[in-house]
Amino acid sequence: MKHIAIIGGGPAGIESAASLAQLGYRVSLIEKSAELGGHLSQMFTLFPDGRNAAEVLSELIAHARQKNINVMLNTEVIDAQRNLSGFTITLSNQKTVTADALLIATGFRLFNVARKEEYGYGIYKNVINSLQMEKKLRTGDLTMANGQMPKRVVFLHCVGSRDEKVGNNYCSKVCCVTAVKQAIEIKKMNPEIETFCFYMDIRMFGPYYEELYREAQEKWKVVFVRGKISEAAENIDGRLQIKAEDTLIGKPLRMQCDMLVAMAGMESTADAKFAQTLNVARGLNRFYSSTDNYLRYNNTNVEGVFTAGTCTAPMNIIDTIANARAAALSIHQYFSK
Amino acid sequence: MWGYSIAKSQSIVYDQNDRTIINYVLEQEPSLRTCMACGGCTSTCSAGNLVPFNIRRLNTLLQRGEYSQVKKEIYNCMLCGKCTIVCPRGVNIRNVVLKTREAIMNSEKSDANDTNAI
Repeated sequence: MKHIAIIGGGPAGIESAASLAQLGYRVSLIEKSAELGGHLSQMFTLFPDGRNAAEVLSELIAHARQKNINVMLNTEVIDAQRNLSGFTITLSNQKTVTADALLIATGFRLFNVARKEEYGYGIYKNVINSLQMEKKLRTGDLTMANGQMPKRVVFLHCVGSRDEKVGNNYCSKVCCVTAVKQAIEIKKMNPEIETFCFYMDIRMFGPYYEELYREAQEKWKVVFVRGKISEAAENIDGRLQIKAEDTLIGKPLRMQCDMLVAMAGMESTADAKFAQTLNVARGLNRFYSSTDNYLRYNNTNVEGVFTAGTCTAPMNIIDTIANARAAALSIHQYFSK
Repeated sequence: MWGYSIAKSQSIVYDQNDRTIINYVLEQEPSLRTCMACGGCTSTCSAGNLVPFNIRRLNTLLQRGEYSQVKKEIYNCMLCGKCTIVCPRGVNIRNVVLKTREAIMNSEKSDANDTNAI
């Protein structure tokens, strides 16, 4: 029985493990943290239909509870070597694992908003990133740092995406619809809170995303302003003063708000040491690159090394799950040759 | 006769607009082509917050060959360069302003020469 080592226990790793086991492979699912789930375990609801993220995750995990899957938690991959029989993987617990193929599913890293100094993330307590907003929604606690309820929450799109100044020219794809979703969830919890989205372009690429955008405007009264916020500053009373251009009017705009949510982009995790040792190719956007974007998306330049999910590009959960299944099938095709 | 006159067209008649100035600016500062009109420049602009000067709008007008407002406002820029620092596309906006001034000056010079020739 062929043995596949999967690095990363997020949705991509979990789902490809389940698919590979069903196809008759033995799988080691290696996760560095104490539990499976990756970023998905920090999500509240999923767009476009508000499905509970924890529910989706528990179903994924249940699917991966198969006898041929060995889940290794709190285990980091230190290095990996390719040899004649496959791969030898060195783990943080001093053990080594040998595998016939390697599937990289290390996901993404959230852009560190502090790098955009003009927004004062890490300095002003009420400037938070989108994942922190997700936690607020999950715990049902929308209060600000001083314990009071915000009167106005502003979402800023494209933080760390489409920005040459931080070296990320690509679009992180999911942030637009995440902002719309979060603004709606805030309104559902507390309709008194005013919500604004400051955007450069609204990219509603998926099915029912555009409808969600419309619902945000129509039903939840979310206001959209076309302009990128250039800076935020805290007033003497602790409120945030933001500056942008209202580009559709053609005038600079100032506004006060209580909370600024930076829609942080996705960054690559392809700088891992094992990937460097194996010489796995990366694209200009620093994510892993495919040998063919159309026909061999999950194949890397290194024979026997495959990729799945957001370690290849920003992706939503729906696409990640589909991509994980595709990766499993690609590995199956590789061994069926 | 009764105070009527024909209203000047409010539309951008793209094909009638002279491209000399914008062609010069794009040649000298090709990064301008990558502008996605986010407005970061105008938002941070020290001049535009006080006087009529909207660099994002001027750049768009420039690219359409609509120069009258550009000519009126382009000297309001103090060349501080904050716009260039914030630009997510790496447009050298400060240089766009300089090259636009240069192009306008050149076009005025050649207009003057044409008049002299007549």
